[in-house]
Amino acid sequence: MSEVQVAEKKQTQLLGKKERRLLTDPFNDNNPITVQVLGICSALAVTVAVKNALVMSIAVVVVTGFANLIISLLRNSIPNRVRMIVQLVVIASLVSIVEMVLHAFQYDVYKQMSVYIGLIITNCIIMGRLEAFAMANKPWQSLLDGVGNGIGYGAILVTVAFFRELFGKGTVMGFKVLPSWYEPNGLMLIPAAAIFLIGIIIWVQRAMNKKLVDIS
Amino acid sequence: MDKNSNFYTITYAAILTVVVAVILAFVNSSLSPRMEANQKLATQEDILRSVGLTDLEDAASVYEKTISSIVIDSKGNVLDGISAEEVVVADEFKKPESEQKHPLYIYTGEDGSKRYIVPLYGNGLWDKIWGYMSIQEDLNTIAGISMDHRGETPGLGAEIKDSPEQYNDPYIGKKLYNDSGEFVAVSMVKGGIKEPDHQVDAISGATITSDGVNEMVYRGVDYYLEYFNSLQTQTSSK
Repeated sequence: MSEVQVAEKKQTQLLGKKERRLLTDPFNDNNPITVQVLGICSALAVTVAVKNALVMSIAVVVVTGFANLIISLLRNSIPNRVRMIVQLVVIASLVSIVEMVLHAFQYDVYKQMSVYIGLIITNCIIMGRLEAFAMANKPWQSLLDGVGNGIGYGAILVTVAFFRELFGKGTVMGFKVLPSWYEPNGLMLIPAAAIFLIGIIIWVQRAMNKKLVDIS
Repeated sequence: MDKNSNFYTITYAAILTVVVAVILAFVNSSLSPRMEANQKLATQEDILRSVGLTDLEDAASVYEKTISSIVIDSKGNVLDGISAEEVVVADEFKKPESEQKHPLYIYTGEDGSKRYIVPLYGNGLWDKIWGYMSIQEDLNTIAGISMDHRGETPGLGAEIKDSPEQYNDPYIGKKLYNDSGEFVAVSMVKGGIKEPDHQVDAISGATITSDGVNEMVYRGVDYYLEYFNSLQTQTSSK
């Protein structure tokens, strides 16, 4: 009996209401792309095909999660004057590791997006979360915040990529889904299409979530 | 300890750098055999693709069985003591012509027929493009071509790889020399093909990639003309 109680108590500590909000907020109320408007650059570049967007999202989840965790662990020791440099070093080495792992295990994907993998370093979401969250919060919460933001970013990326691949090539994940009479729309394949789609997503999101509408 | 002192800051930065360097070096050295194997396999697949062997389950062993290679210099002499795998085509491209080395791959089919495969390398719109072209035993007819790229626009320039049936297959059967025996290669053209033996349709919306392909095909084969000539005189004198 007491064991169950202890287990339950631990569970609530690990994934309490606050912690759950850390994971779910970035989906809607605090989405990195549509609300914080960070990381747009990569959202334009890698959303031509769903597969690339998925790999990019996983890479970003790994990097934001671990960068947040590591910085949070180090937060009390980091000298204030070089804290941005320390953050960058952590991000850059994590990204290099991700790049090497992809090169070794997912060569096709690596070849297609090598440049953009490197550019995760400059993805503003990661640095933003480190400064805004990990520097001031405990490791577990920081990890959740990082993963949550990574997933929030990935969700938009995959959504945009789904529509771009569907209308631009008539395929999803490389499988033909639209009938052959459909003439692929070349516009969807250029980055401008991603801006339109992100705009539409922001519009839909604000129509449903009145909290986000700036009334001032 | 004063966290704002210079000593603390510098020591902290130094230790962090060393730790990160050790971790990265460790990951790199433990993954590098796999990374190199991937790169090698990708090249082998590209070469086999140019002779029409696609979607192979075990490209490495097919390659081993069917492909042999030599290296020639810009005068068409065969160089000994160097293997084609050691030559980096991208680097040779930048050297002065007299120092260039060119790998030539020779495919031997089950029936004993041969294909000469030349590497191609050039610039597309955004980044480098490369490929392999296989030539039949008459050293004139193209047997196949495969192309790849690093950063061409998907749906436009990237079609050189993504739609091989549209932009690679038309090269098959085209001739490198015109009727009077001059080397003209094969080019992508817009607005309809006028010389069916030497022209294929260009990619609409990807003029610069198409031009890059034309340039790389012409120059890529040009390197080997001397050697091909010497091969032909050999066979005719027999």
